[in-house]
Amino acid sequence: MNRREFLKLMGGTTAALAFPGVMIQGCKKALEKAAERTNIIWLEGQSCSGCSVSLLNKLNPDIVTVITEHISLNYQGVIQGGTGESATRVLEDAVKKQRKDFILLIEGAIPTKNDLYCTIGENEHTKRGIGVKYWVEELGKNAKAIVSIGTCAAYGGIPAGVNQRTGENPTGAISVAELFKGSKLVLNIPGCPPHPDWMVGTLLHVLLKGLPELDEYGRPKMYYGKTVHENCERLYYYKRGIFAKEWGDKGCLYNLGCLGMDSGCDIPVRKWNNGANSCTDCGSGCIGCTEKAFPDYGKRGIYQSLHASNDENPVKSAVAAGKNGIGGIING
Amino acid sequence: MASEKVLIDPLTRIEGHLSIEMDVQNGKVVDAKCRGDMYRGYESILQGRNPVDANQIVMRICGVCPVAHGQASSRCLDDAFKIKPTKNGRLMRNIILGSNYLQSHILHFYHLAALDYVDITAILKYKGSDDALVRLKDWVNNELKVKKGRPDEMTAAGPFLPRYEGKDFYIKDVDTNISAIAGYVKALDIRQKTHQMVAAFGGRAPHPIALVPGGVTTEPTKERIKIIKKYLKETEKFVNETYIPHVIAVAKAYPDYFKLGKYDSFLSYGLFDKDEDRKSFMFEQGVYTGGKAEKFDSSKIREQVKYARYKSGSNLHPLKGETVADPEKRDAYTFVKAPRYADKPMEVGALARVAVAYLSGNKAVKKELDAVLKIFNSEVPAAFSALGRHASRAIECKLIAAELGNWVDDIDAHEKTRTSYTIPDTGEGEGLVEAPRGALGHWIVVKDKKIANYQAVVPTTWFCSPKDDKGVRGPVEQALIGTPISDSKNPIEAARIVRSFDPCLACAIHVVEGDKEIGKFRVC
Repeated sequence: MNRREFLKLMGGTTAALAFPGVMIQGCKKALEKAAERTNIIWLEGQSCSGCSVSLLNKLNPDIVTVITEHISLNYQGVIQGGTGESATRVLEDAVKKQRKDFILLIEGAIPTKNDLYCTIGENEHTKRGIGVKYWVEELGKNAKAIVSIGTCAAYGGIPAGVNQRTGENPTGAISVAELFKGSKLVLNIPGCPPHPDWMVGTLLHVLLKGLPELDEYGRPKMYYGKTVHENCERLYYYKRGIFAKEWGDKGCLYNLGCLGMDSGCDIPVRKWNNGANSCTDCGSGCIGCTEKAFPDYGKRGIYQSLHASNDENPVKSAVAAGKNGIGGIING
Repeated sequence: MASEKVLIDPLTRIEGHLSIEMDVQNGKVVDAKCRGDMYRGYESILQGRNPVDANQIVMRICGVCPVAHGQASSRCLDDAFKIKPTKNGRLMRNIILGSNYLQSHILHFYHLAALDYVDITAILKYKGSDDALVRLKDWVNNELKVKKGRPDEMTAAGPFLPRYEGKDFYIKDVDTNISAIAGYVKALDIRQKTHQMVAAFGGRAPHPIALVPGGVTTEPTKERIKIIKKYLKETEKFVNETYIPHVIAVAKAYPDYFKLGKYDSFLSYGLFDKDEDRKSFMFEQGVYTGGKAEKFDSSKIREQVKYARYKSGSNLHPLKGETVADPEKRDAYTFVKAPRYADKPMEVGALARVAVAYLSGNKAVKKELDAVLKIFNSEVPAAFSALGRHASRAIECKLIAAELGNWVDDIDAHEKTRTSYTIPDTGEGEGLVEAPRGALGHWIVVKDKKIANYQAVVPTTWFCSPKDDKGVRGPVEQALIGTPISDSKNPIEAARIVRSFDPCLACAIHVVEGDKEIGKFRVC
């Protein structure tokens, strides 16, 4: 990865000031020494593995370079060579030795109503599955840093979505930050899925430069600092009052339920899949997947305004209402 | 001789949380239990929402095949809203789904399954000058050296090591291993390119955003078509020149797996619609059981829960399904239900599709499968095996890559990509699609313009099902019986068989309700 690519990854020109070339070169050298590669343990809670799959789409640097040069990936369930005991051995060993030499990444929410709702491995004495909550708590105790990957880990996401009739969160799914109740710093990289640049870029920032500047939801400002609307490919239409009435129309997608005005992320400029498309450019609109209120938005839902008139913005109040209390809180 | 309990928990390199518990006697599996270890409560989460939201929410059932869930859901809503996709909508859905098939099958073979056969440590013997392989070799060497004696020693060359170790566990031939490792690296690049193909019309991948009732939102611009055509060409070359030869190489090294992991009843909902009425398919719809082909009838589907962690009614059609979780239920060992078709456990997935198509007289499928079998001097029943599943995926990729360009050419850029709709006050819908892993069905009931109920029966539920109410084991469980286990601490043979099905456990424990009963599903 050269300096230009690194800066691009870090969000473009604003980051350029924060990363003098000399320092990047120096840090890169250090990282290339295996002894300096930071250990990463990636656990999956109640997830769909979509974050893992999105990570595999990483380019500049590609995923092979990330794994072989920048980090040391101790455990990652989706690509782990070992299986069964040969895989959990790594986790058990880290707990037993009270290892402190790793960053803990968590994908997926944590169920709290019953530990059996998500287990990794089995207790050899009780013959009962070991809840993912146990692993996150044990490993989180000593981890150098904890990073929530994706909206489920960051804010609860879809597993914490409530039944709109009963108000129930079926498994008591919570975010990682909620699990630690402020006793640990948790960095959030939301998105359903997160863009691979956000995951790798944030991690490299932590490794090279320390904690990036975060917003009130615990997200790095360099990726989530501006709204989709501010960078939208369809801003031209919005400014001229041209609004799409149906999917497929030319125009701003606001009336179709687009949540771009209230969602922080840089997809309209970064684009998905190496520039192939974006949520707004493809005509569907933003579904607000980087937000703490996703997918409920209070009682609004994702496409609630579909076919509705352009009279008010129901989103802001829903976002303010939140859904999970302290989901995004960062505590030092 | 007393039997010995052998456990694989977790089964990694799949999507989601699965474990396998086996009884082994005289070195062979005599009993097997497939355990789904995660539950999220999707059905409950969906209740009371705008039906259109279902599309985006159910995609998050699975990050490996969100495209299939998005399509099943779109079709389910098409049905409930009483609309059909436009021709462009159908073609673009096929293109998005087909691109994700290429992605999913390539990912499964190289990144999920191959490490059960390929010796990753062979890279240390690499003598060539390929930049990526030299870097990989230096990295493994370096990891083993610097981590020696450190607290993190066990993680050297992670996440590829540690792994199951034993005699003859991995391919011995250095060149084959190195070629497969090069394939692993190249496949990472190819699969991200197939994801670019998905995103070109789908908006993004995973979790494409452009799939909606009636078709897709995306305009089929020249630039988007160019992305698809460019990467299709590259992917087709990779499938034919690299992927298929590697599947053959693994089969040559482990021919026993034509005799292991056997199963013989198959179900396919039909893959790639040739018309907007879903009357004909590129891979035929049908049921194959007891040596006979039958017409598919969705009213014969039932879900049973005697051994699943639910306390609600059993043997119900998904449209009438009741699901109340009971995580501590006695004798239950999984969050996966037991779906049955006409009371039989069914295998679904690439092998099921290829088997149904072959027996329905599909000439293209027959030609490809016969060609593979000829290499091994085998007949069709040999394909109903662990290796047959890998071969079926490769065959599908070859045929899809050859066809996908025609769908692109058939798009009329001046026509609409979707059909308009109005959400009805009440309605019911059924959406059937073939996911890469197999038959996927979604069912919805709409009331007061909201979701009254939503149910999905997903591929992994079919093949990773537990025993049914009569005690008959699910397909993976049956396929494991008789498997030789050379070392109970390193049961790689069983892991190979389970992975050959391509399980996706986030899918399998899908849309079930929470701790209490919320309502019953009824069909008027």
